[in-house]
Amino acid sequence: MNAWGQAATQRRRMAPALMLFACVLIGLPVPAQTALTVAAFPSVDKIVEAAIPAWKKLHPDVDVKVVSRQFADHHTAMTTALSTSFYLPDVMALEVGYVGRFAQGGGLEDLSREPYAIRRYESQYVPYAFQQATSRTGTVVAAPTDIGPGTLLYRTDILARANVTEADLTRTWDSYVDAGIRIKAATGAYLLPHAREMKDILIRTGIKPGEGLYFDKDSRVIVNSPRFVRAFELARKVRQNKLDARVSAWSTEWSEGFKRGTLATQMSGAWLAGHLSNWVAPATKGAWRAAQLPEGAWAAFGGTFFAIARGAPAANKALAWEFIRFMTLDRERQLAAFKSQDAFPALRAAHDDPFVELPIEFLGGQRARLLWREAASHASAVDVHKQDAFASEVIDTELDKVLDHGKDIATALADAERLLAKRARR
Amino acid sequence: MKLPRALQLSPVWTPYVLLSPFVVLFCIFGLFPLAFSLYLAFQTWEPTSGLTAMSFVGLDNFVFSLQDEWFWKSLKNTAWLAVASGVPQHLVAIPLAVFIHNSFVRSRNAVVGAYFLPYITSTVAIAILFSSLFSTDFGLVNAGLRALFGGEPIDWLGRPENIKPAIAMIVFWRYVGFNVVLYLAALQTIPKDLYEAATMDGAGRLQQFFFITLPSLKPMIYFGVTLSVIGGLQLFEEPFILTGGRGGSDQSGMTTAIYLYRMAFDFNDFGAASAMSWLLFFVVVVLTWLTNRAFKPRGGSA
Repeated sequence: MNAWGQAATQRRRMAPALMLFACVLIGLPVPAQTALTVAAFPSVDKIVEAAIPAWKKLHPDVDVKVVSRQFADHHTAMTTALSTSFYLPDVMALEVGYVGRFAQGGGLEDLSREPYAIRRYESQYVPYAFQQATSRTGTVVAAPTDIGPGTLLYRTDILARANVTEADLTRTWDSYVDAGIRIKAATGAYLLPHAREMKDILIRTGIKPGEGLYFDKDSRVIVNSPRFVRAFELARKVRQNKLDARVSAWSTEWSEGFKRGTLATQMSGAWLAGHLSNWVAPATKGAWRAAQLPEGAWAAFGGTFFAIARGAPAANKALAWEFIRFMTLDRERQLAAFKSQDAFPALRAAHDDPFVELPIEFLGGQRARLLWREAASHASAVDVHKQDAFASEVIDTELDKVLDHGKDIATALADAERLLAKRARR
Repeated sequence: MKLPRALQLSPVWTPYVLLSPFVVLFCIFGLFPLAFSLYLAFQTWEPTSGLTAMSFVGLDNFVFSLQDEWFWKSLKNTAWLAVASGVPQHLVAIPLAVFIHNSFVRSRNAVVGAYFLPYITSTVAIAILFSSLFSTDFGLVNAGLRALFGGEPIDWLGRPENIKPAIAMIVFWRYVGFNVVLYLAALQTIPKDLYEAATMDGAGRLQQFFFITLPSLKPMIYFGVTLSVIGGLQLFEEPFILTGGRGGSDQSGMTTAIYLYRMAFDFNDFGAASAMSWLLFFVVVVLTWLTNRAFKPRGGSA
C-alpha cells in the first residue's frame, strides 16, 4: 500500500471517532415540533404561563414553551441572540428601554408591515406605549402588553405629622421640595431616596416636539438648556437641604427606608404599590396614597412589550404574531395579568373593567387605578437616541460633581455637552 | 475486549486526537475571539441587527478611542491602581517571604497557605465581602477607623476620591500571598553557603538581605513584576463588582477593561470597544517590554 492509500485508510478509521466527537461537542439541536418559544423575565413569565391554558383551547396543537431568565440575563441573552441569529425565541418579551435600543438596529420584525399590520390595532393600545415601540422612521418593532403610568406615592402619616398636605406636595416642583424641607424638620424623614430622581423626572418634563431626552432629531446635543438647568438646580436644592436619603432604588437601604418610614415619598410606576405591599414594606399598609406627579407632569416608569426577531424561525412567525395579539389585544388576558401581577394593561379596552374602580387596600382604600388610568392617557413617549445610555451616564456623573463637589451647574452642563457632541454621530 | 477495527485509532493519529480537546477549545474560546475582536476594531456594528450589519470604517475606531476623554481617564485610573496595588505587593511580599523563610519551619506551609488563601478565593465572593466591610454606616472598616481615630464615617464606595484606595487595598490583599509564594520558592534556591560565607566575613542580617538575598531574587522579581504589570493593567473584576458594574462615582473606579466592556455591552459600540482592547494590549506590551529592560538578567549572569 502506498502512502496515499495508507492516509486514506487512516482517514476512514478516524471518521467515526471524529464524528462522534463533533456531535458531542456541538450538541446537535433537536428539530422543533409545533411549539412556540417565548423568552421572558419575571413576572412576564408568570403572565405568559398563566395564559397557556386559554391559548391551548384555541390552538390545541400548538405548545407554548416559556424560557425564563432574570431581567438583566434575559436582555443580554436577547442581545446576543439577535446579533448572532442563534437560539432566537419565536416571541421575546422586552422592557421598554431595550425596545428603544433594539429599534435602532434592524433585528426586530417591523410589525407595521404585512402580514402583521399592527397599525390596524393602534387605536386599541395606550397611545404613548404604542409610540414607544415606534421608531423615527415609522417602523413598529413591538406590541405593548403592560405599562407603568407614573404617580407620586406618599406616606399620609408622615405628611400629617409635618402638617403638609397633598396639594403642598404636588402644586409645583418647588413646592414639592419646600414640603420636603418641612417634612425633614418635623419628622426627620427624607423626601425621596436620591436627588438624582429629582433630576431624572425633571429632564423628562417639558420636552418639545422633535426633541429627545439628550439629543434632538438631528443628533444635536440639547443638555445645555433650561430643562437641564432647572433639573440640576432642584436636585442640588434637595441635596443641600439634606432631603434625600442618598440610596438607590432596589438597594437594601432603600427597602429599609420604606419599612422604617424614613422615606416620605417616591415617584414611580403604578407597579410599585404592588411591590411595596407584597414584599418591600407590607407592614406599612394603609399609610400610603398615590397622587398625580407635581406640576402636572406626566411620566411613565417602565413597560413591557412583545417582539418577533427578524431571524426567528419563519415557519412560526404567523403563530408568534397570533400569540402576541392573544396576549396584548385580548381583554381577558390583559385583565388576568392586571389582577394577578399588577401589570397595568396596555390595552385600553381593559381600562373600563370594574376592577379599575376597586379600592386598593394597601393605599388605604384609595381608588388609585383611576389615577393611573388618567396618567396613562396623558403620558407621552420620548424619542430614543443611540447614545442615550452613554448620555445618561455622563449627566449622572456631572450631577454627582454638582452635588458632591459643588461644581458650578453651567460648567457641568457645558462639560457634558462637549463630551456628548463627540459621540452624537457615532 | 477488542474494539471493532473502525473505532481503533492508529498511533499516527493518537497524539492529535488526544490534543484535539485543547486545540478545539482554544480555537473556540481563545483564537476566535481574538481574531473576531481584531476584525471588529475596523468595523462599525449595530449588534442587534445581526452579523451582516457590519461595515468597514478603517481606523475610525482607533482615532475615536485616542480622542476619547473617558478612554484616557480609564487609562489613568488603571495606571493609578496598578501602581498603588502593585508596588506595595512586592515591597511587602519580599521581606515577608524572607521573614517566613527564616522564622517558620514546621508551620511554614500553614502560614503560606493563610496568605495564599485570598488568591484562590472567588473574586466575586471577595468583592461582595469587601463591599460590606466598606459599607459607610455598618462596615467594619469604618467601625475600626472610628474606634482608633474617631471622626465621621468615610463613604468608601460612594465618593470618587475614596474608591481607588479601597480597590487598591483589596487587590493588594488579594495578590500579596501569591507573590510571597513566588519569593519563598526563589529563596529556597539560594545556596546556604553564600550566607555562611557572608557571616564569616562579618556581614549583618541587613547587609545579607541587600547584597545576597535581593540580587539572588532578581529573576523572580522580574517574573513577579511582569505578572503584576499585566494583571494590574487588565484589572476588571474587583472594581467591576465593587462599583456595581458602572465604574463608580465620577468613573473613578473605571479601569480600561471595565470601560471597554461598558462601551460594548452598555453603550452598544463594539467597534470602539474592540479598538480600545487592542490599544490596551499595546500598552501592556510596551510596559512588559520596559519591565523586561529594567529587571531581566542580562548576559546569562543569572
